[in-house]
Amino acid sequence: MNNWSWDVFVDAFPKIIDGLAITLALTIVCYVFALVFGFFWLFIKMIPLNSLRWLVTWMMEFIRSTPPLVQLFFIYFAWPMVPVVGFALDEFTSAVLGLGIHFSTYIAEVYRSGIEVVGKGQWEAAKALNFSKRRKWTKIILPQAIPPTIPMLGNYLIIMFKEVPLASTIGVAGILHIANSYGAQNWTYLEPLTIVAILFLILSYPSAIIINRLEKKMNRRFDKKETLTRSKGATA
Amino acid sequence: MIEPIVTFQDVHKSFGNSKVLKGIDLDIRPAEKVAIIGPSGSGKTTIIRMLMTLEEPTSGDIIVNGTNLWKMEKKGRLVRAHEKHLRAVRGDIGMVFQHFNLFPHMTILENCMTAPLHVKKEPKAEVKQRSLEMLDRVGLADKVDQYPSQLSGGQKQRVAMARALVMRPKIMLFDEVTSALDPELVGEVLQVIRDIAKNDDMAMILVTHEMDFALDIADKVLFLDEGVIAEQGSASEVIEHSSNERLQEFLHRFRA
Repeated sequence: MNNWSWDVFVDAFPKIIDGLAITLALTIVCYVFALVFGFFWLFIKMIPLNSLRWLVTWMMEFIRSTPPLVQLFFIYFAWPMVPVVGFALDEFTSAVLGLGIHFSTYIAEVYRSGIEVVGKGQWEAAKALNFSKRRKWTKIILPQAIPPTIPMLGNYLIIMFKEVPLASTIGVAGILHIANSYGAQNWTYLEPLTIVAILFLILSYPSAIIINRLEKKMNRRFDKKETLTRSKGATA
Repeated sequence: MIEPIVTFQDVHKSFGNSKVLKGIDLDIRPAEKVAIIGPSGSGKTTIIRMLMTLEEPTSGDIIVNGTNLWKMEKKGRLVRAHEKHLRAVRGDIGMVFQHFNLFPHMTILENCMTAPLHVKKEPKAEVKQRSLEMLDRVGLADKVDQYPSQLSGGQKQRVAMARALVMRPKIMLFDEVTSALDPELVGEVLQVIRDIAKNDDMAMILVTHEMDFALDIADKVLFLDEGVIAEQGSASEVIEHSSNERLQEFLHRFRA
């Protein structure tokens, strides 16, 4: 019978903490990648070319319908074996591409929902004031489209943080990977995996609170109600 | 003879199968104030929306300041204008909308400053001063730091006018600007338009249901009916002395 041992806990803790930097770095890099790549999907879909739009919609559906773990394995293990175009990627890069692309398809949907909140009248006013395409997006549309999506984007950050341990399966030495190796070496999984769970909790929970605060702050910037009712009027 | 600033030549517009405009010919001189009246669905708003490039005509030409708005020359042939051409011509035109369309994420002052600053790239200090003067002129000097959601409908519409005027357009379009307002707020908005009409030398085209107001400020009134200009002339000719039956019926219903 293997009981809880504080000696093991104290021994394992600093070793597992060492992996935290990797876990956090991977989360942030994946997230930024997904945020940027989300725009890519969004703007590609706006190109008025039906075949392209169809292709992109189908690709996004495909990415969302397959497990991120399968995508991760494909990029790390199978991609180097693809004839002509394939090449080997290191563990970290594979994880960023795999998780980043997977989440970018969800992020793109969040952006789209935000843009739909901006009423038709806003686009027309931007045109009547002769805004260039770029300024119209940066000054009029996105400043209204993004704040309502902050809570959703924040939730995806937390979800991503919790999905990042998938990268341990291809050998990225985050906290789960280290805890797992520690368990295998010392024949005790209870303490190291408990430490991993605690670390996730103490990082996820305050993040949720911060996102909540941010949401309130964003909403204060202007009356959200007005934008919402106006968009309803425009779609009616 | 002064060259017209806006000319419509046999302009047609269809939405799907429904023909909204069936051959509009129209000349508007610089500084001329034109009111367009007519039953709803007669295509009044479509005329100015085409001029603002919000709708593309199905056929015909719209000439603004000597330039064909929707067509441009390419290798000796007239082709459909691209955005760059539209932007160049559109710069002379300003518009006030029925539903204001203020930018809700900007203060009143920022609403006025954003286009001169980011579209015309004018110096900030000058833009700010001009915006403040314009907001003062529409009676909102004490609201400059508030957001649109904090204003009444009449105040929002006055901001919308200031925002358009700061761009110094040569042609101003007013699309039923009082229709979305509570009755007690209509007066303050009409007062501002009256002031602009009297003191500014830009051409103005107003789509309106305010007959007395149209009579008061318009040099020319157009009665639009079933997609054509059924009657046009000076305000008193059209509104008081026309023999057009449809127009009489329309006016009668309005005054009843």
